[in-house]
Amino acid sequence: MAYEGMIAETISISGDKNEPISAYVARPLGPGPFPGMVLLHHAPGWDEWYREATRKFAHHGYATISHNLYHRAGEGKADDVAAKVRAEGGVPDAQVIGDTEGAVAWLRAQPWLNGKVGVFGTCSGGRQTFLFACHTKNINAACELWGGRVVMSKEELNPKQPVAPIEFTRSLSCPLLGLFGNEDRSPTPEQVDQHEAELKKHGKQYEFHRYDGAGHGFFYYDRPMYRIEQALDGWQKVFGFLHTHLAK
Amino acid sequence: MCTSIVEVVSADGAGKGGDGWFDLTHSVVSYDHPHHALLEEAITIDFVNAALGPEARVAVELTLESAKELSAALAKAIAAAEIEERGRLRSAQTRFGV
Repeated sequence: MAYEGMIAETISISGDKNEPISAYVARPLGPGPFPGMVLLHHAPGWDEWYREATRKFAHHGYATISHNLYHRAGEGKADDVAAKVRAEGGVPDAQVIGDTEGAVAWLRAQPWLNGKVGVFGTCSGGRQTFLFACHTKNINAACELWGGRVVMSKEELNPKQPVAPIEFTRSLSCPLLGLFGNEDRSPTPEQVDQHEAELKKHGKQYEFHRYDGAGHGFFYYDRPMYRIEQALDGWQKVFGFLHTHLAK
Repeated sequence: MCTSIVEVVSADGAGKGGDGWFDLTHSVVSYDHPHHALLEEAITIDFVNAALGPEARVAVELTLESAKELSAALAKAIAAAEIEERGRLRSAQTRFGV
């Protein structure tokens, strides 16, 4: 039996405007080289599910970092911090982009990286994953899972989220994987259609998988939205896509 | 958050959280993913003290139906309280001959 091990720990990295933010890192033990992954957590916060997801990617051979996009809201349990951020209207898109560049830069500075980095996010993190992939030139693949409000009405725009991410599609810098539930209300199937049409219009490399019998958050095994068949297939799609774009 | 439904109002009163009672500064009502209730979305109500940090929070997550019932109960109790307060004001005015 081959030896297997991983290290998982919290660290501090330089986020937007070089402000220190917290992050959780998990990677296989050994010298590498390992492909890198950056995980953008969902609206419920920098929580246990994202700790587990970070270790899951490490289990599959990826050196993975999940940075705390809610760091500036203060210390506390993930649900309390997420509630505070919700009351404040979320975090600014520009700050998320800066924080995520910091996470990518941290990975790229590590001696065991194979030179490839992907990003992954669900829910608001799916939206931010797409947004980030349209603002950076430093990643090789992006996985957007049920990103709500990639398409935004004028009424939804605000100083923190001044432009709908779909408007940046022309600048998408890497292959994109999208997973969506056909019973989701954010994004609705019609919004996913718009998202896909825009990717086609700009000749972007993407693959979308849209699941019947699933709504929002169908990977979350601890929530009623969990759909085991769709989730298992979805994880296969994620790791297949990442293997293609990050393994070598 | 995946909806943008959030209402924040100032609150004057007290709430009891994990570490005991604290003064409130705000009430926050939203319709969003709950953390604990087994629902896709819930009416969430947080009573918070914004100055004390994220854990100064009393949280509830309700179904839409329960929230409507709560809202109606609040309206009924407030209407009754206002009648009570008007009565007290009248008694005070009579006592002091205003």
